[in-house]
Amino acid sequence: MGLFEHVGKFSRFLVLVVSKPEKGRTFFSHILKEIHKLGVNSIGIVVIISLFMGAVIALQTAYNMQNPLLPDYLVGYTTRESMLLEFSSTIVGLILAGKVGSNIASEIGSMRVTEQIDALEIMGVNSASFLVLPKIIAAVFINPFLYILSVFVGILGGLSAGYLTGTVAISDFIYGVQFGFIPYYITYSLIKTCVFAFIITAVPSYYGYFVKGGALEVGKASTKAVVNSSILILLSNLILTQILLK
Amino acid sequence: MITLENINKSFGSMIVLNDISVTFEAGKTNLIIGQSGSGKTVLLKSIIGLHEVDSGKIFYSDRDFTAMNLKSRKNIRQEMGMVFQGGALFDSMTVEENVLFPLDMFSKMNDAEKIDRVNFCLNRVNIKNSNHLYPSEISGGMQKRVAIARAIALNPKYLFCDEPNSGLDPVTAIVIDNLIQEITKEFNMTTIINTHDMNSVMEIGENILFISKGFKAWEGTKEEIFNTNNKALNDFVFASDLYQKIKKVNRSI
Repeated sequence: MGLFEHVGKFSRFLVLVVSKPEKGRTFFSHILKEIHKLGVNSIGIVVIISLFMGAVIALQTAYNMQNPLLPDYLVGYTTRESMLLEFSSTIVGLILAGKVGSNIASEIGSMRVTEQIDALEIMGVNSASFLVLPKIIAAVFINPFLYILSVFVGILGGLSAGYLTGTVAISDFIYGVQFGFIPYYITYSLIKTCVFAFIITAVPSYYGYFVKGGALEVGKASTKAVVNSSILILLSNLILTQILLK
Repeated sequence: MITLENINKSFGSMIVLNDISVTFEAGKTNLIIGQSGSGKTVLLKSIIGLHEVDSGKIFYSDRDFTAMNLKSRKNIRQEMGMVFQGGALFDSMTVEENVLFPLDMFSKMNDAEKIDRVNFCLNRVNIKNSNHLYPSEISGGMQKRVAIARAIALNPKYLFCDEPNSGLDPVTAIVIDNLIQEITKEFNMTTIINTHDMNSVMEIGENILFISKGFKAWEGTKEEIFNTNNKALNDFVFASDLYQKIKKVNRSI
């Protein structure tokens, strides 16, 4: 299937997805379940990765600033900017595309090949909306919190690494974190995070929903979903950066 | 009652259903039989709207299903129950939640009434003390029975079963067949069963449609099936030694 066919099919799929939910109470409880599954269950990996990345960014910055003219607080400044602008939105987005994306594609794909989606349709349930919309809403809601958590933990990681290795004093690091702060960067990154959250859930859902065959095809769909959502995240990152930081 | 008029369906250049016309009566177990690849699953999926037919009409009582918009189809689907070949139970839900699901989505019952209805349906298919088990924790026969319980939860007018006893041992298969027939009579449903199991045909085949290579090749009852001169049907029915012997005994009598 060509790119344009995929775009057309994906658009038609989204039209189905965004239609009115069957029953408000069931829909709301599904959103809560998805928030737990996609968001709360991802806290661990986000914290671990952010902590270590923040620490590594701080140490690399410190070890590459041999020039005595460069102030120590730049370590804190660089750590904050890296986490705030790119790592906590884009890199965490890519990691979640792997974790959450493969999970969604295989879950929906398995439902397709075991006729559970057909069963929903026969009951008169809009399966696309029922299965996918709660995931999209849940991710768009919870991922900004994961982003904020990631920024916080990353900076904490940088601070801890700087202090424990003796490369930067806590006061310098904190000064750097506060130095030249532009609040709009948070808005910019939150917008990116929401767009990535949509990609991370909608694209794997699409691949899972239209899978044909058996377990092997579900696996292939899962791989395609992760690869293509990662590419889309990178592409949209470029476009959004150009639009929002111009 | 479900009536099909001149149903045609093809996938690309491959014609799968060719001018099929038939009436499936209410209160009877209507069987669609045929070899693998004969088009019976496509026919069943066309009747319930999972495939769109190329031409022809499908009537649910007097309502033209093929001419309906999505909203009307959605309404009529709440009058349908379907038992899939593999059961198609939601594997992340317990037995109780599976049967509760259609009630949660479409009924106006309160929670207590819903649970009563779930227990009634599970009792009706002889499932007891398994409400909180997951589909993976129960046997294939039980899964089929839970699927039947889920299918009848909303008290449907139309019940569709796609190879309901495939993968089951002969004893459990007969239990499932009889259960479907009993439920059909009890609730006066129009039941259509897709099968290639001759035991099912002889057990519950009140109205049988035989499909061969996409054509309607024969229609009749289980009593008439032994005396037909239809070659394709004879080849299908008497493929096994057992039925050849039964035929010889019938003739000698």
